[in-house]
Amino acid sequence: MNELIHGGLYGGMIVGVLMTTTAMALWFERKFAARMQSRLGPTMVGPSGLLQPFADVVKLLQKEDIVPFQADRVLFNLAPPLGAIAAISVAAVIPFSADIIAADLDVGVLYLLAIGALGVLPVFIAGWGSNNKFALLGGMRALAQSVSYEVPLVLAALVPVILTGSMKLSAIVEFQATHHWLVVWPFFLGVPAFIIFMLAMLAEANRIPFDIPEAESELVAGITTEYTGIKFALFYMAEYVHTLVASAVGAALFLGGWDGPFAPGLGWMVAKTLALFGFVYWLRWTLLRFRSDQLMALCWRYLVPAGVVLVAASAVWVVWVG
Amino acid sequence: MSIEQVLFYVFAVAIVASASAVVFLRNPVGSAMSLVACFFFLAGVYVLLWAHTIAALQVLVYAGAIMVLFLFVIMLLSLTDTGPLVQLTPSRAAGALAAVAVFSALIVALKKLPDVAPGWTADPSQVARFGTIQYLGEVLYTKWLFPFEAVSLLLLVAIVGAVVVAKPRI
Repeated sequence: MNELIHGGLYGGMIVGVLMTTTAMALWFERKFAARMQSRLGPTMVGPSGLLQPFADVVKLLQKEDIVPFQADRVLFNLAPPLGAIAAISVAAVIPFSADIIAADLDVGVLYLLAIGALGVLPVFIAGWGSNNKFALLGGMRALAQSVSYEVPLVLAALVPVILTGSMKLSAIVEFQATHHWLVVWPFFLGVPAFIIFMLAMLAEANRIPFDIPEAESELVAGITTEYTGIKFALFYMAEYVHTLVASAVGAALFLGGWDGPFAPGLGWMVAKTLALFGFVYWLRWTLLRFRSDQLMALCWRYLVPAGVVLVAASAVWVVWVG
Repeated sequence: MSIEQVLFYVFAVAIVASASAVVFLRNPVGSAMSLVACFFFLAGVYVLLWAHTIAALQVLVYAGAIMVLFLFVIMLLSLTDTGPLVQLTPSRAAGALAAVAVFSALIVALKKLPDVAPGWTADPSQVARFGTIQYLGEVLYTKWLFPFEAVSLLLLVAIVGAVVVAKPRI
């Protein structure tokens, strides 16, 4: 029974914190983008533009909820909540500090990869259920992208697992706290694996430069074409949560998680996560979208072979040096 | 009833319901999604059996990767709104017979099982160790090394076969 209460409390807390952070991230992104690209508005709504997320939410809630003619109603309505659930569930295994972990699973890394792999299915059923050719094309692209980037993602996630000898996220961070952060030493394994991991995670979250399932310049809005109001908001939110969680996982696996001097563990973890998160935004407003075939070439020609080499090198390193 | 029993019945009912939906739904994508749900609830049962690693792999490999391939196949085949009418062809009759045969074999095997599984222990430390990835790795690379390698070879043969079959068309 204690475990149930523990799980419920932590679950509620994490979902609450994630939702608040998402609203703040929305504000941050709007303002950041406005500064980078001279957009008017987001910097001016309320003090420092702080009221922008509220304005966005109120606007979205007011919209009429439309289900297209001859859409697959069940799948169409099921997709947004499923997408949100898949994005939030990953947060269960993130070690926020040495003792704030909702579920410190023995197979933590496998769990987050598994739930991450499920994340593409809501995107696809949104594309299929909408009965819209742009949405369907977006869904097909999402499938192709996800199944390809799954491979480098798993390979890159294996590197910290091999180097630290555990799949438990708390044990991986603990190892980095007592030895070195994986991006510091052995950096020739840690840094490339970290880069591949973050790229593949961004691809799974459909963020620019990997947002070809949405690609508003060619596919109207891709999978979200037919979605309005709160359902669109759920998709939008799932994307933010996914990015946030990806940053947290990257920080835990490669950047030493809660480890750091002077400040409490939670502070370090949050700082590292937000730094990665900010970097993702920086990329988003700087880079252009890849073309579909370039995306596949990047994955299969460069990331996958590099991942295989890294995994083999990590095994050699652990046996002969570490 | 303990909480595990309640969860087991929830998962069991959900598995049977989603598995039936796979067969009875007309929409192929609906069927595929029901299959995902079925895999997911099955993973829940694995967790109840203390097999956490298998549960995570079940979701990762089947619900994640293999279902995406299924969906690809569904999208690449030209589909009509109404599926084919049910007709009794020889292959279908054989399929039905095989299903009945497998089901009866399973029932017979189930009847022969001892009440308490061999090697069963209620010792919490032993049970907690049982489903872990360390234990799985240990037995996989010592006791069951040959079957493990044989399966790898089988997969390699399948991949090479797929490339050979697809190559002229690439």
